[in-house]
Formats: sequence, C-alpha cells, structure tokens
Amino acid sequence: MGTPGPTGRFGEFGGRFVPESLVPACAELEAAFASAWGDPAFRAELDTLLGSYGGRPTPVTECHRLSERLGVRVLLKREDLAHTGSHKINNVVGQALLARRMGKHRLVAETGAGQHGVATATAAALFGMECVVYMGELDTLRQELNVFRMELLGAQVMPVRGGSRTLKDAVNEALRDWVATVEDTHYCLGSVMGPHPYPWMVRELQRVVGDEARSQCRDLLGADPDWVVACVGGGSNAAGTFAGFADGGSRLVGVEAAGGAAISRGVPGVVHGMKSYLLQDEAGQIAEAHSVSAGLDYPGIGPEHAHLASIGRARYEQADDAEVLEAFRLLSQTEGIIPALEPAHALAWVVRAAGREIETGSSVLVTLSGRGDKDVAQVRELLASPTP
Amino acid sequence: MRIEAGFLEKRLRQARDAGRKLLVPYVTGGMSEDWVHVVHAVSMAGADAIEIGIPFSDPMIDGPTVQSASATALERGTTPTGILDALRREEFDLPLVVMTYYNLIFRAGHRRFAESLAEAGVSGAIVPDLPLEESGEWCEHADRAGLETVMLVAPSTPSERAELICARSRGFVYAVGVMGVTGERAQLASSATTVARRLRGITDLPVCVGVGVSTPEQAAEVCREADGVVVGSALVRRLAEGVGPKGAASFVTELREAIDSGR
Repeated sequence: MGTPGPTGRFGEFGGRFVPESLVPACAELEAAFASAWGDPAFRAELDTLLGSYGGRPTPVTECHRLSERLGVRVLLKREDLAHTGSHKINNVVGQALLARRMGKHRLVAETGAGQHGVATATAAALFGMECVVYMGELDTLRQELNVFRMELLGAQVMPVRGGSRTLKDAVNEALRDWVATVEDTHYCLGSVMGPHPYPWMVRELQRVVGDEARSQCRDLLGADPDWVVACVGGGSNAAGTFAGFADGGSRLVGVEAAGGAAISRGVPGVVHGMKSYLLQDEAGQIAEAHSVSAGLDYPGIGPEHAHLASIGRARYEQADDAEVLEAFRLLSQTEGIIPALEPAHALAWVVRAAGREIETGSSVLVTLSGRGDKDVAQVRELLASPTP
Repeated sequence: MRIEAGFLEKRLRQARDAGRKLLVPYVTGGMSEDWVHVVHAVSMAGADAIEIGIPFSDPMIDGPTVQSASATALERGTTPTGILDALRREEFDLPLVVMTYYNLIFRAGHRRFAESLAEAGVSGAIVPDLPLEESGEWCEHADRAGLETVMLVAPSTPSERAELICARSRGFVYAVGVMGVTGERAQLASSATTVARRLRGITDLPVCVGVGVSTPEQAAEVCREADGVVVGSALVRRLAEGVGPKGAASFVTELREAIDSGR
C-alpha cells in the first residue's frame, strides 16, 4: 500500500473528481501533507499528541474465552480505548495539526453516527479552532447524544435536510461549505474516501493502528496473525490496519454491512470526488445504504479498498444486522468488552467463518475500531423487538 | 435531430461579433410536467443557448434551489434517457447544452452517453465535477460525437492552468463567478468581473459567467466584462414557485433587456 502518485490513483480507482474551484485546494493540501509527512518535527509532534492526548499505543488484547468458544485464537486491536472511543482520533489530530501548519483556523467535517464529528470537535477544541459539523437530519435524530457532545465541545452541528438526510448528504454539504470557505477552512474528511489526497492521507494517518498491531502481534504470537479482519464503511480503520500488514503473509478481510456492501453489491462509479465501487441504480443515481450501524451506512467505499479487492490482496465479506447483534452480545459476555456496532460486523464474520474458512487453531487479529457506549440504547431496543 | 458539430461555438461567436451579449438560461430537465414548454418559451424570449440540467442524486456543486429542483425531477421519475427522448422529439432554433454530473456519464459509458446527447440534438455538455485532469476520456468521445465540452474556470484557478482549460474548452468558457455553490446572491461578487476580465485576456472563445448571477441588474453588470451570462437558480426558483413557461419567458426577457441596455 504505497503512495498513489500525482493522479491519486489506486489502480483504476481514486482520482480527483471535484469542481474546478476545489482543484487548487486539493493540490495545496496534497503538497502540504507530503511535506508534513516527510518532516520529522511534524511526525514527532503528532506522535507526542497521540500518546499524551490520544492514549496511544492502544493494547492488543487476547480473547481467551472467545477463542475457546470459536476454536481460533482471537486478538483485538483496542481502538475502543483511544480518546473519544474510536480510531477516529488518529486522523483528526493529524489533520488538525496539518490545518494549523497550513494557516487554516476553521474545520468542517461530515459525520454519520457522530464518531468522526465528535473526534473533529475534540481536535478543534484542543487546537482552539472553529468547527462546523454537517450531519444528516435523520442521523441527528438517531444520535441525539452525539449532537450534544459535539455542541458541548464547542462545535456547531448543521443538520442536512437534502437528499436522504444521512451521511452521503452530509459529505455533499461539507464539500459545498468548503468550496465557499477554502481560504481559511480545512475540510477534515473522516475516512479513506473523497478526492486525492484524502484516501492516501487518511490511510497514512491511520496506519499507526496497523503498525502498532503488527509489532504487538509479533510479541504475542511470535509471527504475523494468519488473518487480519476489520469492518469497512468508508474504510479508514481497515485501511490503517491493512497498511501495517499488507507486505506480509496475513490474509486481509474487510467486512461490510450487508445493506451497505459497495464491493459485493455495487459497481464502479464516481461520487464525492472519487472513483470507486458504489451502490447505484441503472442510470447512475446513488442509492441509500441501510444498516443497523450508522457508521457503515455509506453507499461507497474508499478507492484503495476497491483496488485491494480487484487485485485480490484483500477480500470483502458482509455481515447482516442479526449476526452483528449476536456478535455484539457475544463479545460483551465472553470478554467484558462492549464493541461498537461497526466492529461487531468484523467479529460477526469471524464467528461465522471460524472453523470453516478460518481453520481451527489459526490466529485472527480483529480491529475493534470503537466502543459500544454510543450503541447500547439502540441495541436495547433492537433486542427487545421480536425480529431485530 | 443531430446538430452540425460546432453549432454552439458558431452561434455564440456570431452573436458576440455582432455586438450582442450572450444569455444562457438554465432549466432543470424534468422538474415539472411542462419543462419542455419552458425550454421553448425561454428560447424565444432572448436566449442564445439553453443549459438543460440532467438531475443527479448528489449534486455537489449546487445550492438549495437546484438541489431541490433535481430532487423534484428525480421523484417524478426523471432519467437521462427520458430527458433526451423528450428533446429528440422537439426542434429548437438555438444550441442546447446539457449540464450533468460525471457519474451519469460514467455509468452509461462515455461513448454511449456522448452519442445519445448528439442524437438528441444537444450541442454541448458541461460536467462540473470533471476537472481538466480527469476529462480526457470523456472529451475524446465527446469530440468524436461532435459534442462541445464546455470547461469551467474558477476564481481560484491559477493563470497557467486557466490557459490549459481554455485550450480544451469548446463552445464557450464557463467562468465561475463566485467561490461557492450555485444559487442567488444579493450582490454580484467582485470575483465575477475579475475572472471574466482575466479570461478575456487568455482566450478568444466567448466567456460566460455563471454561479451567483441572479438579477437583470447583476447580469448587466457582469456583461460589462464578460461576453455573456448563465442564469440558473434565479430562473429555477421562479419555476419552482410555479410561474410556468410564460413567467419564465418574461424573466428571460427582462434579463435580455438589461444586458442589451447595459443597465
């Protein structure tokens, strides 16, 4: 998983499909990130912040009881223990530092479930920046507490009433804001998607997850794990995880929500500035994704995942809502760890595949991208209803 | 009916060389039952070319007015094929330019989409999310189909890049008047006249300013520097309010009179 070059391509995917007004801004960001990423002082400042503020490194936890149950050795990369409760903090601290270096004092972001919005609001508070978060109106209703969290952190939350009123519309609205404010504003995109350089930059900012996990696995296993599994919406935690393992022999699996499975059910297309697999109709109108987990409700997928799928370096599976809820409960009860619904998709696939594709006795690293506190109210309702 | 290649540029150059300012109204295809009547009415009210939007589910560069018109059109079951079928049945005395987003082209296939526009009597295309670096494949097929691809230049575009964009543009050059999405503005941004002036120093193609040109007064103001104007949201809002073909025509007539008299 190298650098995509000036055209921002991962194989045939990626690119920079943005209005002309944004082309100079994307080019400026690309140059600024390339320079910062090669600057030891920038890297040192980021590492220090991720340690003293973000809580890194996060541990890898061996799941003894779950492993016994499944017959495979399960290890969890504990991004749920990072500040703000998910891997999102790695990306936003990096981008906020970069924004400051570029002289921008305002951050805009999109959010679905609210995790990235909360993380961006957190970074904005840390750096004393203005912050506006766009969130689909439906999501603001489903995730009221996260709206309050963002406001508490000093951010302004703008409900998006256009389109399907969910994550994809929040991305459109954040881009629309950025076109008009690009002089003083940085668009802090939350995943490995969007126009070049975002898919590359966000993957690099998240690769700390994979790099740490690989060395932790070597300490625990004496080798790389046989399997590396992560959930995929846009795909940032999976990209960061895979980046640490892609040059080794581990088999890489991304798990999409069945109702948002861009690779399994989509076809190539262009939206939000990138060419990738998208859920869309015959004419090319973008479809809405549906999943129990708002964080995976995205009709596309990061272009590098589309590429990894097409060259066969990673495979992409699906998990449906029912098995996700089951995995959510299973991890809670066997290990005392309540996962977010997003990584519960990765766990659900491991539960299904253990003893089949995943041979008994194999080792499996799962990135637990976030904690489940945000989801417990929703899960309580779902478990109470007769057919979840 | 297929149109001779280069019709858009020819028409606009002729008008400009005759001392006429260019007026390009925008209508969202399929936004109402009578949208084709609107196109006819507008074409007879002083337009030099008409931009027809093919609606997309995720119109990234459009503000609330065009977003809402696009959503209405899609709810009415509008498809690219439906719009082109409707246009194919009609005859217009002026060039038509389609404005749409790249995914609709990519999904249909470059060649097929370009051919279907040409066969429907469309002269040109504007694809706002397809910047110069990504436009190669589309432009190749559009050129082959005799379709003129109008490229956009923004206030943020550096001069060297603007030269490359103008060199690749056909028909006219679309000067984006303001950093932002389409929509009405209370005042004309200073960037609208600045970008027009810059472009007229770079290219001999007609230069039309669009985005943020909302009133007859603003149209006249921008035409002091530009060869012409594209007026979208101000017309689409009136159509959404129900003015119909007659009301659309009278607004376009007002715009015409304002740019002719320079006031």
